Amino acid sequence: MPDATFRITTGRGESAAFKDYTTHITEGMVVLDAVHQIQAESAPTLACRWNCKAGKCGSCSAEINGKPRLMCMTRLDTLDLSVPVTVEPMRAFPHIKDLVTDVSWNFEVKKRIRKFKPRAPDAPDGTWRMRQEDVDRVQEFRKCIECFLCQDVCHVLRDHHKHAEFAGPRHFVYTAALEMHPLDTENRLEHLKDSAGLGYCNITKCCTKVCPEHITITDNAIIPLKERVVDEFYDPLTRLFRIFRPSK
Amino acid sequence: MSGADLHLPQMRRLGETKRKDAWWIQPTLVFLGFSAFIVYSTWAALQGAHFYFGGAAGANYLSPFYSPLLFEVPGRAVTGHSWFGAAPDWLLRMWPSFIPFSPALLILWAPGGFRFTCYYYRGAYYKAFWADPISCAVGEPGFRGEKYRGERRFPLIIQNIHRYFLYLAVGFIGLLAWDAVQAFRFTGADGSRHLGVGVGTLVLCINPVLLGAYTFGCHSLRHLIGGRKDCISDCSAARAGAYRGVTCLNRRHMLFAWLSLFWVGFTDFYVRMCSTGYITDLRLI
Repeated sequence: MPDATFRITTGRGESAAFKDYTTHITEGMVVLDAVHQIQAESAPTLACRWNCKAGKCGSCSAEINGKPRLMCMTRLDTLDLSVPVTVEPMRAFPHIKDLVTDVSWNFEVKKRIRKFKPRAPDAPDGTWRMRQEDVDRVQEFRKCIECFLCQDVCHVLRDHHKHAEFAGPRHFVYTAALEMHPLDTENRLEHLKDSAGLGYCNITKCCTKVCPEHITITDNAIIPLKERVVDEFYDPLTRLFRIFRPSK
Repeated sequence: MSGADLHLPQMRRLGETKRKDAWWIQPTLVFLGFSAFIVYSTWAALQGAHFYFGGAAGANYLSPFYSPLLFEVPGRAVTGHSWFGAAPDWLLRMWPSFIPFSPALLILWAPGGFRFTCYYYRGAYYKAFWADPISCAVGEPGFRGEKYRGERRFPLIIQNIHRYFLYLAVGFIGLLAWDAVQAFRFTGADGSRHLGVGVGTLVLCINPVLLGAYTFGCHSLRHLIGGRKDCISDCSAARAGAYRGVTCLNRRHMLFAWLSLFWVGFTDFYVRMCSTGYITDLRLI
């Protein structure tokens, strides 16, 4: 196997710049392996966040050749190694150092979403009954590993810096998991419309394309939530019907 | 929501990216595809002629751009398809003098509005025509910056009207299906009606099938038919089945959006070519 060059962001803030590192490639390596090898060989101070190396912790998110991806799930044999492979930190979050960004904004946003509020138990022993079909729909959303690649690629955050007004795809997935839950009784539609800025999403489906868990974010979470917001605030016929048949 | 004080990387300029794939191909193809359709359909709708093919062989083909045909076009041969006969004088007087009278312009706003507000098309033309963004992880025009409003405020908040266009579009599927049935009715030399099949019949039959696959995979329909409920299992068996069917079509919404767009244009083109005599409709039965 040949050597390959990796063009990696190094430094902090304004002084951050690309630096080329060359390392030897062996079969089966992923980008995270190469970064670790570079750390061991020539850049011991190179900062990189990682944990499981199995695509389940969501820590090693970065932009590889310009695309938001998990470093641990990007095999080198899928990349063109005849030219330098660029590895950058995510652009939608404040840069800390090298490949590490501060994603804590996401956790602050998540705290503002109303928590799960189940209906009264169905059985005297305090348990509930749900049908598999109803559970399946929200189960997809629970695959999220919070890698925040969807947040990174979303142009509302990345290019328009609407962090103060827009929650982002990850939090719409989280809200959809609660809002569509068969037991949940809470109403989050006003929050979605106003504080979370669901209307900023213009359905580019970039979030769906980068999701390493293949969650159909736009079609199964965001658009159904948009439709529920339309029901609640914009559709006069639905509002009229609701007078006669109130929903939850 | 906090976030105003975040120190974020500088915004990239239009087209600036580290992506190494040919990211520009998809928006370019979408731009060319939509532009070609808009130019052709506008031209065809403004013609007010050659939208019906009766022909010597007795065919009965009506272009989908003119269906339903509300009024006959003054000075043209009567098609027999119009709902209200000749165009009334008040309508002709109101008609702008700089464009010829065309019944297509009375109806195309409905299917056009359905496509314009469609969730798939929105995402596609925001990218291809407005570069918002031009492609995923590619820089946008700098002028928009933090002034971006998305679909949250006027004018794009109007996109929420999509479900009303859906109601109209479902009606159009029925009308176009009826036109396809009519395309099996041929008129003999003695004026008698009989069953027949021409290439145009097949073209007109495929049209409502593809339009139906597109329309019945609509995100709004998916919501209205069952998605709005947290417990779909509470719905009747028929409704739950319908939800699953719409979901199945919804997974291929983009595919059917393009196939139906192409085929509705091709159907008009075929009828127009037959009507003008450039091609001869091959009679199969």
